[in-house]
Amino acid sequence: MSFLALKNPREASVMAALTVGMVMAPFFFPQLLQQLTMLWLMVVFALTWDMTGGQMGYNSFGNVLFFGIGAYAGVMVQREAGFDYHTGFVVGVLAATVLAGVVAMVLGIGMLGLRGHYFAIGTLGLGIAAGELAGAWDLIGAGSGLTSPLYPADAAHGRSAGDGGQFFYWWMAGLAVVCFWVSRALYRTRFGLALNAIRDDEDKAEALGLPTTSIKIFAWSLSACLLGAAGAIAGNVIGFIDPKDVAFAGATFGVWMVLMAILGGKGTLWGPVLGAVIFHLTQELFWTYLLGWQRVALGLFIISIVVFFPEGILGSLRTRFPALFGVRVEERS
Amino acid sequence: MSVLLNVQNVNKAYGGVVANKDVSLQVKRGEISGLIGPNGSGKTTLFGSIVGAHPIDGGRIQFDGEEISSLRVPQIARLGLSRTFQQTRIFGEMDCLQNMRIASPMQARHFGQWLSRVPASVDRRADELLDFVGLHSKRLLKAGSLSFGQQKLLEFAMALMNEPKLLLLDEPTAGINPTLINGVVDRLKRANEEMGITLLVIEHNMRVIMNLATHITCLAHGEVLASGTPDDVRDDKRVVDAYLGAA
Repeated sequence: MSFLALKNPREASVMAALTVGMVMAPFFFPQLLQQLTMLWLMVVFALTWDMTGGQMGYNSFGNVLFFGIGAYAGVMVQREAGFDYHTGFVVGVLAATVLAGVVAMVLGIGMLGLRGHYFAIGTLGLGIAAGELAGAWDLIGAGSGLTSPLYPADAAHGRSAGDGGQFFYWWMAGLAVVCFWVSRALYRTRFGLALNAIRDDEDKAEALGLPTTSIKIFAWSLSACLLGAAGAIAGNVIGFIDPKDVAFAGATFGVWMVLMAILGGKGTLWGPVLGAVIFHLTQELFWTYLLGWQRVALGLFIISIVVFFPEGILGSLRTRFPALFGVRVEERS
Repeated sequence: MSVLLNVQNVNKAYGGVVANKDVSLQVKRGEISGLIGPNGSGKTTLFGSIVGAHPIDGGRIQFDGEEISSLRVPQIARLGLSRTFQQTRIFGEMDCLQNMRIASPMQARHFGQWLSRVPASVDRRADELLDFVGLHSKRLLKAGSLSFGQQKLLEFAMALMNEPKLLLLDEPTAGINPTLINGVVDRLKRANEEMGITLLVIEHNMRVIMNLATHITCLAHGEVLASGTPDDVRDDKRVVDAYLGAA
């Protein structure tokens, strides 16, 4: 399993610390369980957005579409398919993964022919259209949304009892880990190089014979699959799927995905993880200590990110200390 | 020598502007062929037509015996027909070694190859070629941080890495320090002789192209004006007129 190799001691220690934190947090802060679950959701958001936005240079403002499709697909399977709770949940997550991936593949054939700003605007439209459609479709609850089934142990004591919280925490944390390792392994392959090549100069990549269309569709679908799974889990965490405020929440989740990746440093592996953690912590602190002004504070925070860290935290560090990132003049030995 | 590239009566117009009119030319396997002509005479358009960057309005283009005029850019590139750009194009945010890695030839549908790391043999070849163009010490620097001339050399090295049968070079010496031009010419000749790559070169520097090519085609106003050995073309009065403006 060569892709598991951790040769960089700095990376290994950060990863060890994160793993310990991930495992211990629910025991030390049980009252923060839902916020912690949302933290890993944010990590998934940022990592999946960066697959196309950062690494491939296709800035999608509509990736929330796949999250929403996943949320609806997952909860619909749980409610309607008649499995017992756990089977229904797992099947729901799988169905969400597949459906989101297929939708991305089909949409990608058309959308990924657009470049630059046109792609950004086009995808923005996708997310909005999906919200409107879901809000009008009776089968999935239309404007009144969908409620996820209660976790069995919680059903008896009310939702706050917490067993379900634990269950969803581990699923979401697991998904974040999968996302991270999939990205990390992928960026080391020739496929990862091809993504970067498309970002830097798509015409040149074509001129070298790269099958750019297939590469773009594959990358977008992969990111959609992971987002779909996240949607199915998050639908249960939140418990209620509103078409515009939860599933296709372009103004919150949809924008945050982009912001977190940019804050940490888009086009890097660790940037989105870092960005998601900082963003989520800041946001929770604003809500707790600046109540009433939290949106103003968040807005100022976003502006300062874009002004002071246009390349993101890791991007700025790389510009200032290139040697840390392996950039060096090397004489032939 | 067999014909590697056969362009027959190609037409290409942008709206009312006719960029190529009934252009025919042949490139023989193993030779270095030149394409000259004043600015705006349709040289780069012809390159674009050959590599599939835009559809042609009429005519036929055959490469290595295969009709390619309706294929798309990546398909043509995978057949072994590669180009460099007049405005040098490299992958600026990637380092030179990564630029070389991604330029190595690939089958489109070989998924295992896509989802594995670049083999050591590719890295060795990349090192050799970076050494060949004199960029080995910069291999871990961002390609975008190189000077224009160095980027041009990198682009040339990437083209060689791609192992084409035919390489179209769009002004390989433009913007390069005059003292380095001989080095570029020398490397082009070595690529042709040692690696067996057929070259078709657009060039404005007459000294360079007369010295490099064994066969030259001159375009003017989108049409073939003259074609032949460097001496024939140099002595053709129409060519001189096209460049200097006929009385």
